[in-house]
Amino acid sequence: MKKQHIVFVKAAIWLFALLPLARLIWLGVNDNLGANPIEFIEHSTGTWALVFLLITLGMTPIRLLTGQVWQIQLRRVLGLFMFFYACLHIITYVWLDFVFMWDELLIDVAKHPRILVGFAAFLLAIPLAATSNSYMIKRLKTNWKKLHQAVYLIAILAVVHFWMLVKKDLTEPIYYAVVLIVLLGIRVYFKYKPLSKSKVIKAM
Amino acid sequence: MIILNQSKLNPSNIQPSEITSREVFENRRHFLKAAGFGLAAGSALLLSKQSQAAIAPVTFKANSRQKISGFSKTAYGAGEKLTQYEDVTTYNNYYEFGTGKSDPAIQATLFKPRPWTISIEGQVKKAKTISIEDLLKLAPLEERIYRMRCVEAWSMVIPWVGLPLASLVKWAEPTGNAKYIEFISESDPQSMPGVRSPILDWPYTEGLRMDEATNPLTLLAVGLYGEYLPNQNGAPVRLVTPWKYGFKGGKAIVKIRFVEKMPLTTWYKAGPSEYGFYANVNPNVDHPRWTQSSEKPIGAGLFGGRIKTKMFNGYSEQVAHMYTGMDLNRNF
Repeated sequence: MKKQHIVFVKAAIWLFALLPLARLIWLGVNDNLGANPIEFIEHSTGTWALVFLLITLGMTPIRLLTGQVWQIQLRRVLGLFMFFYACLHIITYVWLDFVFMWDELLIDVAKHPRILVGFAAFLLAIPLAATSNSYMIKRLKTNWKKLHQAVYLIAILAVVHFWMLVKKDLTEPIYYAVVLIVLLGIRVYFKYKPLSKSKVIKAM
Repeated sequence: MIILNQSKLNPSNIQPSEITSREVFENRRHFLKAAGFGLAAGSALLLSKQSQAAIAPVTFKANSRQKISGFSKTAYGAGEKLTQYEDVTTYNNYYEFGTGKSDPAIQATLFKPRPWTISIEGQVKKAKTISIEDLLKLAPLEERIYRMRCVEAWSMVIPWVGLPLASLVKWAEPTGNAKYIEFISESDPQSMPGVRSPILDWPYTEGLRMDEATNPLTLLAVGLYGEYLPNQNGAPVRLVTPWKYGFKGGKAIVKIRFVEKMPLTTWYKAGPSEYGFYANVNPNVDHPRWTQSSEKPIGAGLFGGRIKTKMFNGYSEQVAHMYTGMDLNRNF
């Protein structure tokens, strides 16, 4: 794919990725966020962070399955949108939900495994976002790749965080868990696949 | 009696769903005429403290709002700021109609709250079936404004209309063996789509100890905001125990069983470490998922924040005596 095409695809990602935020603002301005608007925003931003995380993790399986490599360049922008929605998620939680009642908030994080798991995922994502620029990629060299493998852990924590929120009807978290298992499974499969075939992929 | 809250006084704030449909309007007129009251007499009646109006039979139309003709106001909850009707009727935990908060208001349209009977069973002299019409005659209907605290750490203030459960208990004449009451909800897969999946062990079952059941606060609610209960709020009759978490309030009750042993309740079966039998609102006993020391008032808006949760949801004076000597950390 040509460079100008990539620019076009990236522009489309920006447009698409900002739609959920635009929708929240639109609903908020029109007082249409429902009876529990804070919960609505928490769920929406959390869901979109997870969606962008899974899309980011989908780029490598596309390479493994099709041999296409151009989409690898999209990982950074997609990953950063994951971090963007995760930040909105946390800001909503700290500001709107707990209105900076730090004592209450600390109890909530410490006592509830689902919050702790989600919080851990967010903390782990900070260094990844901070080292996503070209300068850090060059500077960290091989360590960069090691560091960014933390994304697998973040993804697992994020799905567990969602899973633990749900009281009884696990349908939605199961969807996300299945997608994550498939995405990670493809990687594992290609890693342990007979060598001859993986050589073919490399040659492509 | 239309209770307007400040923001609703501005006509531009009235949602289309709140505008009385022509059918309901005409029904109400017919209603008043049939009962032989002028409008003035009717409102005087509604305002009088002790009056018990005859409950005229109500023809229920699917999903229309029906006024309750006679109930008295009480001092319960006077001065509390009510949660808007719109929020009370669109944000519901009622898994028989779906697990999303907005599902019940959409999914409950096929549910028919009339005709309705409740089977009174177990350790009672009057083990028989009572129709909803007869139930409404057991005691004068009262409006009571109660706070409702959900285990999910949000809360509402709701003007219920109903009768004390104690009046039904008295009528049923329990025997000495009746130590608990079990409340069993309707579970009809035809009209309740949520029941088709085994998310919970249907039918929804709740229970109270006999002293809790006869506590003056305990209400069998048949209406809210002066109207018969919307389907999504538990029509035609539901339990309201304002010092307990909301899930204790079984909806669409079809069986009331007087029993000797503590009933196994639905949420207890689903998660015994999370949902106890007593489920008293208690800011000092945490829940594995939600903080219980504070709560979000529904309707407070984006920047409304949280309020501290009170012991027994602020009803200690009326209920704390029932639990003296009990370890509430263990009996949560």
